[in-house]
Amino acid sequence: MRFRLLPLLAAASLAISVSAAAEASDKASAAEPVKAVASFSILADMVRNVGGDRVEVTELVGPDGDAHEFNPTPADAKKLARADIFFVNGLGFEGWMERLETSSGFKGATVVASTGVTPRTMQEEHGDHVSGDDHDAGHEEHAEEHDHDHGDMDPHAWQDLANGEIYVANIRDGLIAADPGGKAIYEANAEKYLAALKAEDAAVKTALGALPQSRRRIITSHDAFGYFGDAYGLEILAPEGVSKASEPSAKDVATIIRQIRKDKIPAVFLENVTNAKILEQIATESGAKIGGTLYSDALSGPDGPAPTYLDMFRHNAGTLTAALSS
Amino acid sequence: MIETLLQPFAEFAFMRRALVGAIAISMTAPPVGVFLMLRRMSLMGDAMGHAILPGAAIGYLLAGLSLFAMSLGGFAAGLAVAVAAGLVARSRVIREDASLAGFYLLSLSLGVFIVSVHGTNVDLLHVLFGSVLALDDAALLLVAAIATVSLLTLAVIYRPLVLECFDPHYLRSVSRWSSPTHLIFLVLVVLNLVAGFQALGTLMAVGIMLLPSISSRFWVDGAGGMIVVAIAVAFVSSVVGLLVSYHYSVPTGPTVILSCGIFYLFSMFAGTRGGMLWRLMPRKHLEA
Repeated sequence: MRFRLLPLLAAASLAISVSAAAEASDKASAAEPVKAVASFSILADMVRNVGGDRVEVTELVGPDGDAHEFNPTPADAKKLARADIFFVNGLGFEGWMERLETSSGFKGATVVASTGVTPRTMQEEHGDHVSGDDHDAGHEEHAEEHDHDHGDMDPHAWQDLANGEIYVANIRDGLIAADPGGKAIYEANAEKYLAALKAEDAAVKTALGALPQSRRRIITSHDAFGYFGDAYGLEILAPEGVSKASEPSAKDVATIIRQIRKDKIPAVFLENVTNAKILEQIATESGAKIGGTLYSDALSGPDGPAPTYLDMFRHNAGTLTAALSS
Repeated sequence: MIETLLQPFAEFAFMRRALVGAIAISMTAPPVGVFLMLRRMSLMGDAMGHAILPGAAIGYLLAGLSLFAMSLGGFAAGLAVAVAAGLVARSRVIREDASLAGFYLLSLSLGVFIVSVHGTNVDLLHVLFGSVLALDDAALLLVAAIATVSLLTLAVIYRPLVLECFDPHYLRSVSRWSSPTHLIFLVLVVLNLVAGFQALGTLMAVGIMLLPSISSRFWVDGAGGMIVVAIAVAFVSSVVGLLVSYHYSVPTGPTVILSCGIFYLFSMFAGTRGGMLWRLMPRKHLEA
């Protein structure tokens, strides 16, 4: 009896200590990266740039996807449940977020990337900015199909690279809090990325600054470029307001067409995430040409022109400059 | 005054197109709606909106984001559901509404299943649905073509259809046209709905089909009279909706349907056939 008890006890204690070691909290050893989930593709790209190889990032709303109308599936809940850290935009962008967090049983940390950003409200700063009013009016029609509630804040803060820098800082701090072992790496990556963002910011300001004042107005489908317009000196007119769910009124469409005719606005811009019909109608009637596609709420696929956040800016700025300077 | 009414249409092509589109749908949808109401299939429009989802999903899977493929798929699915529901209702065990409910729930779950399994974020129905302010040439031609086909077909099957509504057993006893009429009618319903969704959006398509027809019941008794009143109401509401949306910056589709709705409420109170107002007034004894 005694002979067999000892090996048995030894084996048992070995098994227990091995499993305890496996559950130890040093997550980011070489074999086990930090599992991060980002709510949409732009945020995911930023997290990849800061986290590098130490972080495994998946996104809920993929490239060319529409976060305004996202309906999470059980697969998404599973992804989130397994994650250590969840990055969201905030400012009301993800209406589905809270319910997904609760229902998936997510126990990790949530990082709101827009903490510290000064939000734009939807009250018009430019005299003829038409989009804000009917945002709430058309809201209820789609309330059953998906819920999101922006309130009056514009959530597209990433369209200003200065805010992008705040996002990166929050992401870096969030990653350090979740994985203190990687602090040096995250800080180094973040610094490199911030430098790249600053450089791009300057480049965009130069490119758009070269355009004459009279040409600095664009028409897009939905009001995603408010921050971009404020930061880089463009006036944005959009028939559909901040969320694509709102329906434009005849007056808004008429106002935009009149504006285009009066000011000879040369181009309207489609977006990768919206239905182009209303914009095409406006373009046909007013004589403006379709200046190209801008990337607003999502990156393109890997073969597209805007697979990363920085590429998105390069593409958007390039398309705008080309169409507005001709 | 005339100036206010005409100016938006004079100045903007999109308003003219919206008007033409609204006129077309106002002529084709209300007659179909009258018969839907008489046959107690009023909620069919709403159900069909969900029934077309698997067809659109399959169209999307086969051909990507092609509007034509998705509309065709949607039409096929809607037709399959409508016809299957109609055939099942022929049995005396369950009627139209129950069989339709069964099939539309089945096809809705199938559609959601297909879409989810392929993990796409694109809200398919939103791609399918247009807006009355964005009618391009293709959409206008589609609505006009549907209107023509639908009105001509209704003219042809008018008599058996009316009889089918009021005395189906008699029709079955004297003619072979009972089942074909019913099926042709269902085809018309799906045609009008799919075309309406694509051109005008769900709300306007279904609303224009049903609300004027329901209101017309309060004013006339005969099917023919109801059709005329329904078309008139739909047309006036469309014009009012477009003008109000233009002058007061409110969304167009809902405004048009709200105009129909306000007339419906008015009809409920003041309609010459069964309006509440008339029932409150003292009547002679022994008057029905």
